[in-house]
Amino acid sequence: MTDSGTIYGVILALLFAVAAGLVGSFALMKRMILAADVISHVALPGLGLAFLLHFNPLLGGGITLFLGTLLIWQLQKKASLSTEVAIGVVFAGSVAIGAVLTPKEDFVEAFFGKFEQISGFTFWLGALAIALIVYFVLRFKSALILNLFSPELAAATGIKLNRLNLLFLLVFSLTVLIGLRFMGALLAGALIIIPAATGRRLANSISRFLLASSLASLLAVGIGFLLNAYVLHNLSIAPTIVIVSALLFGLSLIRSTA
Amino acid sequence: MTTGSILSVRGLNIQFGSRSVIQNLSFDVDTGDNVAIIGPNGAGKTVLLKALLGLLPYEGEIRWSPGARLGYVPQKVAADRQMPIRVHDLLAAKARVLKLHSRSIETVAAAVDLTPEVLTASIGTISSGQFQKALIAFALLGEPNVLLFDEPTASLDELAEEKIYDLVERLQQEKHLTVVLVSHDLSIVYRAANKVLCLSKDMVCFGPPREVLTPAALEAMYSAPSKYYLHRRGLEPMQSDKVAEHD
Repeated sequence: MTDSGTIYGVILALLFAVAAGLVGSFALMKRMILAADVISHVALPGLGLAFLLHFNPLLGGGITLFLGTLLIWQLQKKASLSTEVAIGVVFAGSVAIGAVLTPKEDFVEAFFGKFEQISGFTFWLGALAIALIVYFVLRFKSALILNLFSPELAAATGIKLNRLNLLFLLVFSLTVLIGLRFMGALLAGALIIIPAATGRRLANSISRFLLASSLASLLAVGIGFLLNAYVLHNLSIAPTIVIVSALLFGLSLIRSTA
Repeated sequence: MTTGSILSVRGLNIQFGSRSVIQNLSFDVDTGDNVAIIGPNGAGKTVLLKALLGLLPYEGEIRWSPGARLGYVPQKVAADRQMPIRVHDLLAAKARVLKLHSRSIETVAAAVDLTPEVLTASIGTISSGQFQKALIAFALLGEPNVLLFDEPTASLDELAEEKIYDLVERLQQEKHLTVVLVSHDLSIVYRAANKVLCLSKDMVCFGPPREVLTPAALEAMYSAPSKYYLHRRGLEPMQSDKVAEHD
């Protein structure tokens, strides 16, 4: 447990947790929880192809993620087509195609992820992507808040809503993509949603909400790794992290509504 | 103070699909005017306001004078009031987007009498009247010289409504604002507006209230016998002074 590849992997996972908390807070307020699940699941066909044809799973997942993001963006814009129904179709279709394409022996890895040692290069690439995500959320925080409150007032204030929505979705997908490898397609969305739900329980202002969600996410990943290393000796880390995250959410319920 | 035209609308057409909402509308607004837009539901009052703000596509010409800065108070905000957003968060967000000094938040809060308690309250916990005040404070950020109101008191009881209109009048005088206001309430129109624009399917009129709002014109516009009775300030209202909202 002391070699640098493992340490890189753990640090990246912790950094990812912070990004997931921030992005998840806004996703929760945008009522994008269903979209969050869909986006992580549309990675499945790409992952399946990658396992089948032996190329980098992140590349495969990334391509279908990107396509799925554009699809959802278009659906959001043309909401007269019932977005929910279309998203539901994309969601189920992706899982099915992924299940057909993925070789049986790679099933667990594709669906639940796998923690692995990473190279210095991968680490810095991931850290750069996470820095981009955090920069985006902090830089566009005000515009996002106004857009959440009233798209009309945001537009009247001069915010380009279409561009902002697309940027948010891309950042959202990037977050899912980073989590994809070690969280797996089924649970990558969970770390975006559950800590945000916890944060929401504990905060009544935007800044506290962002802080609480990030902390809840960080704690879940941290405790998850410790449990796996010293208690559970599990193969996939994702279920442990998600269970810890859900327990933290349960704890937040004890506190009366903020 | 500059005077003269601040807004010129010529041959405005707005369509949703095949349905024409506004047809060939032309009017002028001068600096300092208080223009009331009235008309039955579905006549396109809100649509017109949004077009004036540049939020909707249209044909024809809407020309604001170069110095015009617009503030907008919408009819209702569909926001999820459960969001962990405080009134101050909202004002601060707009101030940051417009790159305003954070002191401007205190200035607009003071202008509409928002107390520190309301500023730090979550938007889900304040009353409708306070919420409306917060929206006006929001519109005032950036020092607009034109305020566009879309039925600012639609969700308020009469007392709160009165307060909001007093506030609007005071702001108009203090800040020399031009006001464009959509309203159902004809007593407000008589009291505050110096120009009235009436929109309905069959007719359009524009001019000073006492010239434009004849009983015959009202009847034609609302396609129903007028329920409106003119009363002057200080007199007891004899009957509902609102035009029936359901046509």
